[in-house]
Amino acid sequence: MSFLDLKNVTKIYPNGTKAVHETSLSVEEGEFMVFVGPSGCGKSTLLRMVAGLEDITEGEITLDGNLINEVDPSERDIAMVFQNYALYPHMNVYNNLAYGLKNRGIDKKDIEQKVNEAAKLLQISEYLERKPSMLSGGQRQRVAMGRAIVRNPKIFLFDEPLSNLDAKLRIQMRLEIKKLQQKVGVTSIFVTHDQTEAMTLADKLAVINNGVIEQLATPIEIYNNPKSLFVAGFIGSPQMNFIEGELKNNTLSAEGFEIKNVKSDFNGDITLGIRPEHLSQSDNGLINLNVDLVEQLGSDNLVYGQLKDKKDFCYRCPGNLTIKKGDKLSLNIDNENYFIFDKSSGKRVN
Amino acid sequence: MKIKPLQISAHIILLLGVLLMVVPIWISFASSTHDTVTILTEGMKFNIGEHFSRNYNEVLNEKGGWSEEVTAAKMFINSFIMALGIATLKVTISAMSAYALVYYRFKLAVPIFWLIFITLLVPLEVRIFPTYKIVSDLGLTNSYTGLILPLVASATATFFFRQFYRTIPDELLESAKLDGANSWRFFLDFLVPLSKTMIAAMFIFMFVYGYSQYLWPLIMTTSEKYWTVVMGMKIIFTESYEGVALPRTAERFAYIILSMIPPVLVVVILQKWFIKGLIQTEK
Repeated sequence: MSFLDLKNVTKIYPNGTKAVHETSLSVEEGEFMVFVGPSGCGKSTLLRMVAGLEDITEGEITLDGNLINEVDPSERDIAMVFQNYALYPHMNVYNNLAYGLKNRGIDKKDIEQKVNEAAKLLQISEYLERKPSMLSGGQRQRVAMGRAIVRNPKIFLFDEPLSNLDAKLRIQMRLEIKKLQQKVGVTSIFVTHDQTEAMTLADKLAVINNGVIEQLATPIEIYNNPKSLFVAGFIGSPQMNFIEGELKNNTLSAEGFEIKNVKSDFNGDITLGIRPEHLSQSDNGLINLNVDLVEQLGSDNLVYGQLKDKKDFCYRCPGNLTIKKGDKLSLNIDNENYFIFDKSSGKRVN
Repeated sequence: MKIKPLQISAHIILLLGVLLMVVPIWISFASSTHDTVTILTEGMKFNIGEHFSRNYNEVLNEKGGWSEEVTAAKMFINSFIMALGIATLKVTISAMSAYALVYYRFKLAVPIFWLIFITLLVPLEVRIFPTYKIVSDLGLTNSYTGLILPLVASATATFFFRQFYRTIPDELLESAKLDGANSWRFFLDFLVPLSKTMIAAMFIFMFVYGYSQYLWPLIMTTSEKYWTVVMGMKIIFTESYEGVALPRTAERFAYIILSMIPPVLVVVILQKWFIKGLIQTEK
C-alpha cells in the first residue's frame, strides 16, 4: 500500500455530470505527482476530492493507511496552494502563516519558531509584517507556499498555482517549487494545464482527459512512449505532427510516402505521429515540406510549412541552419521515431 | 493654478449644502443660550446669549413629567441604552443570519432570504398592536428588554451583509478549512474583520434608527423611568401658567442640542474606522 491511494474514485455532480470516472492511482511518499490535462478534464476535481473540498461520489481515498473519505478537510492534515493563493487579506504575512498553527493549538513560541523557519526558507522574512495587498505576485506565491510548509502536512496540493504569474516569474517559481519540494521532501500533487510545467516538475505524470487518466508514468516515459493520440498531442512542444494514412501488412501508406516493415500487426486506418524534433533533412527524404514560416529561437529553429495535401507540419532543426520562407525541404524520420495510432480509438498500435 | 468656472460652481453648491445643514443647528444652539422671554418676544437668535450654563444645567437636572421623577439626563441614558442595544443586536443578528444564508447551502436558503426581505414591508408601525400584545404578555413592558427586543431584526442589514459575503471568494473559505478553521472561527476570524467597514456603517445607521424611535417607546412605557429623549422632547419643559401650558423655548432648544450629541458622537468615533476601511482596498 502506498502513501496516498485512490481506488475507483468517481465524481458525479448533482446535475448528473460525471467529472471523474473510476480513477485509481497511488502516490508514494515523497513523490511529486503532476496531474496534467486540458481545462475541464477533471484534474482539479480529483485534487479537490483529495483535499476534502469535494465529496467523493464513489470509491475510496486512503492517506497514510487511513481511509479519509469522510474526514473533514481540517483534519486531513493536508495543505493546499490555490490558483489565486487565497491569502487572508486582513492578516499580515506572519499571521497568514501562523493561522493554521494557532488553530491546532500549538503554543506561541513554537509557532514563532516555525513561521520564522519557513519564512527564511522562502526568503520572505522581511515581509512578515506586510499585508498581502502590499506584496508582488511572486511574493504572494511564496507566502501561499509558506502557509503550506509551515504546518508540515502529510501532503501538499497545488492547484495551478503558477497560472497567475508572468512568464519569467513562472519559470523561476517552477524551479523554486521543485527545489523546495526536494528539500522538504513532502509528497505533493500538482495540477496544471501547462505541459512544460508538468514535464519539468513531475516525478510521475498523470495525463487526464475527460475524467479518465490516459497515461500514468514518468514524464520522459510519456514523452518517449505515449500510449494514445491524446497524450501524444498533449505532451511535447511544439505539438507532435499527425498525418493520416493506412496500415496494411506491415506497410504504412500516407499521402506521398510509404514506410515499410512497420512493427505492427494492425490493419486499417491509422494516424501517424512524428515529433518535430525527430526529423532531419536528407536528399531523398520521405516527407516534402514547403516552408511557410521560420521561428528562430536561437538554439533551434521551428520551421512551419505544408505537406503536399496542404496539411500543416512542423520541423525543429538546429539554429545554425538557414532556412527561408519558400524553401522546399526533404525530411527523414530519425531512427524509426514515429508513433502509430488507431484512427478510430486513438490507441497506440506500434 | 487656474480656477475653472466648473470648480467654482461646484464649490458654491457644496457651500450652500453645508449652510443648509449647519444654519438650523446654529440657530438652535444660539437660541438655547438666551432666555425664553427674549426668544418669545424677539424671535430666534443668531448670536450667543448669556444664559448658556443656566439653561443647560436646568435641562439636565430638572425633574420633569407628571411624576416629577425623570430628568433629561436619565432620558439620555435610556435612549443611549436602547439605541446601543438595538444597533448591536441588529448588526450581530444580521451578520450571522447572512452568514447562514450564504455559506450553508440548503435548498430553502433563497426562499428564506426573500421571506426576510419581505419583512421590510411590515415595519414596526404596521404590526404595533400584535407586537405590543406579545411584549406585554411576556411581561416586558417598562423594561429595556421590551424596548429593544422587537426592533432587533433587520432585513436591510441582512441584505447588505449577504451581498458582501457573496463577494468573498470561495477559496478563502476552503483555505481556512484546510487551516483547521471551523464555521465559528471562519465567521469570527474572516468575515467579521473583512466586513469591519460594513459593520461600522450598519452600526451608525442602526444606532440613529434606534435613537430616533418614537412610537414604540411611547406605547410601551408607562413608567417615566423608561422615557426616551425623543418622547421627552414633546412632554417635558411645559410650564403651566394659569391653566395654560406655555413652552419653555430656550430650554427646549438646549434639549435639542443635547439630544444630538450621542448620535453625532457615534458617527464621529466610527467614521475613523469607516474611512480606514474605504482607503485600504483589500480583498
